[in-house]
Amino acid sequence: MRFNKTYLALAMTAILVTTGCSSTEEEGLADSTQGTDASTSGLADGSMSGSQFGSGNGSSFGSGSGANLGPEFSDPSNPLSKQVIYFEIDSSQVKQEYVPVVAAHARYLASHPNQHVILSGHADERGSSEYNIALGEQRSKSVERMMRSQGVTASQLEVVSYGEEKPVVSGHDESAWQQNRRVEVGYQ
Amino acid sequence: MMLITRILVGGILAGMFSVAQAAGLTIEITKGSQTAVPIAIVPFAQQGSIGNVKLSDVISSDLGGSGFFKALPEDDMLTKPSEPERVNFKDWQVLGQDYMAIGQVAGNGGSYNIQFHLFNVHNGQLLMGYRLTAGANELRRAAHHISDLIYEKLTGRKGAFNTRIAYVTSVRRGNGKQFMLQVADADGYNPRTIAESPEPIMAPAWSPDGSKIAYVSFHTKRSEIWVQTLATGQRESVSSYPGINGAPAFSPDGSRLAITLSKDGSPDVYVLNLGSRSLTRLTSGLSIDTEPTWSPDGSSILFTSDQGGKPQLYLMPASGGKASRVTFQGDYNARGRFSADGRSLAMVTGSGGGYKIAVMDMASRTVNVLTEGNLDESPSFAPNGSMVLFAANRGGRSALSVVSTDGAMQQKLAFESGEVREPAWAP
Repeated sequence: MRFNKTYLALAMTAILVTTGCSSTEEEGLADSTQGTDASTSGLADGSMSGSQFGSGNGSSFGSGSGANLGPEFSDPSNPLSKQVIYFEIDSSQVKQEYVPVVAAHARYLASHPNQHVILSGHADERGSSEYNIALGEQRSKSVERMMRSQGVTASQLEVVSYGEEKPVVSGHDESAWQQNRRVEVGYQ
Repeated sequence: MMLITRILVGGILAGMFSVAQAAGLTIEITKGSQTAVPIAIVPFAQQGSIGNVKLSDVISSDLGGSGFFKALPEDDMLTKPSEPERVNFKDWQVLGQDYMAIGQVAGNGGSYNIQFHLFNVHNGQLLMGYRLTAGANELRRAAHHISDLIYEKLTGRKGAFNTRIAYVTSVRRGNGKQFMLQVADADGYNPRTIAESPEPIMAPAWSPDGSKIAYVSFHTKRSEIWVQTLATGQRESVSSYPGINGAPAFSPDGSRLAITLSKDGSPDVYVLNLGSRSLTRLTSGLSIDTEPTWSPDGSSILFTSDQGGKPQLYLMPASGGKASRVTFQGDYNARGRFSADGRSLAMVTGSGGGYKIAVMDMASRTVNVLTEGNLDESPSFAPNGSMVLFAANRGGRSALSVVSTDGAMQQKLAFESGEVREPAWAP
């Protein structure tokens, strides 16, 4: 055990952790570790405020809600009963099997020009979340383009992408992922 | 207005306590380093009431989690001295320790006096002696500060333990979810909710001075970019164009945001001047261009683009111009983030269906895959470049993990409930 005089000098060194209401002092000592000043990074205890966003118009998310739709929408043999269009991995192309579904909604909308829908695009959880926002939007825009080409007016359609933020199935395998890669046709 | 703000603050604080209690956060080291330096942090002698924060545990956890050190478990200690004269270095040599620290903490109503000493066990040399004062509720920060001092003394690099992180957490509420943007200490303790909504909140990004956070909120059922001042809670919508408003990243001077908008067609990268609100479009074409981030010198912008078919990272002048491809390995490279010195680039890399965190050395352009997960996302460097924080899905739940830049050390910050995603390490 050995203590030399530098010990005393070292022991005199004082640093104050500068958070909140305390302040920093540093005495003497040419130590390389000069105080990392915590207060410069702001946000002392109690000085931070929060914000709460309201729940908007309260209409629940998803397809079909909030609109008075005819019986054809609940008839399983009618393509209008399908209000979710599913996609392949990393693809925004509407699959052949969903073309009649999109066409049926387009026909309905073209003949009901006051009806609005929100096309909400979604991705599975794999990959980065902002890229998935972009992918979800491309999916909803694919559906939008098909509908527009079949006579639906731009003002009837609104596109929004939630990326991977709103999975319908919370699992982490292909069976969950394929249900999450989707565009929901939400009648308003 | 003031009144409303105060009530809000009160509400948030009350909420915060329940979060802190319910969180039951644990830190679990999931991968240890073989070459770590052994260090013993002896429990500090206590005088007066110091609550339930044990400084030596916090410091041991910080240093052990860094990958550079292996902290000696308290149970293995033969003696627990708290004064320099009482240290018998032989006790520590036989335990194979290289360094040891001792200390004392005294509570004197509302504040704490702490002192500690760091020794080289082999020659008994005193490397450091410090005295600190911490206010009420600041003991953990004081411990992180001590960790920073020890780390810098022994590695020559600045520590990053006394820093903060932001992230988005979500919990089930009724049929839906409640999303909360939170700011916490770098080890996940002391979480505070700064915004919450039943609709998604995404992509928190710190201003260079750490005073503001930009983020995306869907609370209007559309995406919108907000900038919120942490000290006051005041927030402002800065981008609400039709389509995507996403992926904000502050310029190094804090005056601009690089963002993603799709108002003109496909998702493209724009620069928004926060003062004038003027927009400059940087990318065009039919491809997805998103996830912009600035090089630390502000001269370039890195972004993800699928212009070559699959998502890869590209670099272009921040003033506009030609983009050059940066990543060539693997069929998915996205969400790049530079280290503060600009020498390293962290990204999400995908191959064989799995998504992992990788770091590219910008000089040699060699890529080192750091993680072994399948659903790893959102990498973010510690301010000192030593660690990368990311979101990992393990066992079906999303949690935050930290990996050392050499991949040798990995630890998980686990919250008891809810998903935790989109972490961003404060500058």
